[in-house]
Amino acid sequence: MAVVIIGGGQGGFQTAASLRAEGYEEHITLIGDEPGVPYQRPPLSKGFLLGKQEQRHAELRPAAFYETQRITLVTARATAIDREARRVKLASGEQIEYDTLVLATGARNRMLPHEDVFYLRTLGEATEIRQRLSAAQDVVVIGGGFIGLEVAAAARTLGKQVTVIEGQERLMARVVAPVVSEYFRNQHEAKGVDVLLNATLYRIGDKEVLLGERTRRPADLVIAGIGVVPNVELAREAGLPVGNGITVNEYLQTPDQRIFAIGDCAECPSIFAEACVRLESVQNAVDQAACVAKAIVGHRAPYTAVPWFWTDQYDIHLQMAGLPAGFDQVVTRGDPQTRKFSVFYFRGGRLCAVDSVNRPADHLAARKLIGARTTLSPDQAKDESFDLKSAV
Amino acid sequence: MPKITYISDAGVSRTIDVPAGDTVMEGAVQNNVDGIVAECGGNCQCATCHVYVEEKFLPLLDPIGEDQDAMLDTTASPRKSNSRLGCQIHVKAELDGLVVHTPPTQQ
Ligand SMILES: Cc1cc2nc3c(=O)[nH]c(=O)nc-3n(C[C@H](O)[C@H](O)[C@H](O)COP(=O)(O)OP(=O)(O)OC[C@H]3O[C@@H](n4cnc5c(N)ncnc54)[C@H](O)[C@@H]3O)c2cc1C
Ligand code: FES
Repeated sequence: MAVVIIGGGQGGFQTAASLRAEGYEEHITLIGDEPGVPYQRPPLSKGFLLGKQEQRHAELRPAAFYETQRITLVTARATAIDREARRVKLASGEQIEYDTLVLATGARNRMLPHEDVFYLRTLGEATEIRQRLSAAQDVVVIGGGFIGLEVAAAARTLGKQVTVIEGQERLMARVVAPVVSEYFRNQHEAKGVDVLLNATLYRIGDKEVLLGERTRRPADLVIAGIGVVPNVELAREAGLPVGNGITVNEYLQTPDQRIFAIGDCAECPSIFAEACVRLESVQNAVDQAACVAKAIVGHRAPYTAVPWFWTDQYDIHLQMAGLPAGFDQVVTRGDPQTRKFSVFYFRGGRLCAVDSVNRPADHLAARKLIGARTTLSPDQAKDESFDLKSAV
Repeated sequence: MPKITYISDAGVSRTIDVPAGDTVMEGAVQNNVDGIVAECGGNCQCATCHVYVEEKFLPLLDPIGEDQDAMLDTTASPRKSNSRLGCQIHVKAELDGLVVHTPPTQQ
């Protein structure tokens, strides 16, 4: 018996760790193509850029952990899966046999056609950006999503002149309601960030970026955070179905019963969206890994964990629970002026997501409320005298 | 460097030099100490770094913040008056000799 995991990131690491925690005794091989031990990405766009955290803080566990837990780390790129022979082929030509295979290959950054643009996904890239930031004066961030805004906040905190270029009419448009977008835009502007909406990059010139003919901004460092592309090629070439990610069922299994897929690379049915979703979050990678580890040791159960996510920008801590997709009503609890508020999203009258700004108790209540598929009404949600926990 | 002692539910004790500025959670994770999971990586989001702090050190700790307080309500092992999240205790010189007990379960 042997489990082979492809991808030594958040999900791959957690699968291995959870398997041991579940009492799995056989071989575990974790194949990853990045140097060093598995690490977490969230600090890369936050404390690491600010110089508050170092590589050792990002590393999930020290090398000794893999020895004591008998997890074999292989630093190599997997190039093919032979499902018939149940083997993973590495770039070196070496082959590794599996009984169960877990695909946790993550995603890679979407790239712009322009040169001289930096991207942030890996520790290597973060290290390079951190170095360049220290010498830079004018930083242009392309993309007003979570990662772009975290980078903008870090650069601004370091005293740089920062411009954010966003193509949509508001920030984080794909995932939050207008009131949250508005709040974040105000906060960034108050800190002195130049936020350009409905804007697209036209050209990168010598120490400047051009947006159309007239608008230009000085730039000695251009960083883009414009989304990711899931790493599905291995699965596709092995004949497994792929949509907006490697397609798995509610048990996170591909049609090949021996192969699971988790984390950023996988799309699975979600009871919180009534659709197939591919999520990019630590929670999703960790909880899916734990679900697969349980299945491997014989406790198979559908994946039903409530999605949650967070982002830190300056001293603003935004926590999100649930999936807002398709919401048709939004109410706000608390006053954004106080810098503490939560936004409740409803779909067809049912609570589907909550975004909390510096209101951790609301966020935790939200995880429970959404998990319990509560009947909390919009009026209750916005009434601060109503105890959210009483509705669970 | 301040020394922090971690005692597991089974009574296994390990003493680690933890650099000032790092957290009690990081001291454990970076040194392969069992009993602390730290799923969220220190973001006060998961409560799997729960520890029981020996009483005499409690006055030396910072007050429990709003987010830690909310999170402590969700620990897998019972919350007690000396419950803290390891990722919210920043090690400093005065905490040299700190003793924390890890709970029977974190998940
Ligand atoms: C800068 C940044 C900040 C983030 N901040 C947050 C946050 O605040 N909160 C949050 O919840 N989420 C955050 N995320 C998202 C979160 O980190 C990801 O969702 C999570 O890492 C997904 O885990 P994963 O295991 O699916 O993929 P990854 O962690 O990306 O791991 C996949 C690994 O597989 C490797 N790999 C791919 N193909 C192969 C192959 N063929 N052979 C060998 N190895 C291969 C990749 O190189 C990579 O190392 C952030 C992401 C980034 C980039
Ligand atoms: S590590 Fe998650 S709450 Fe401390």
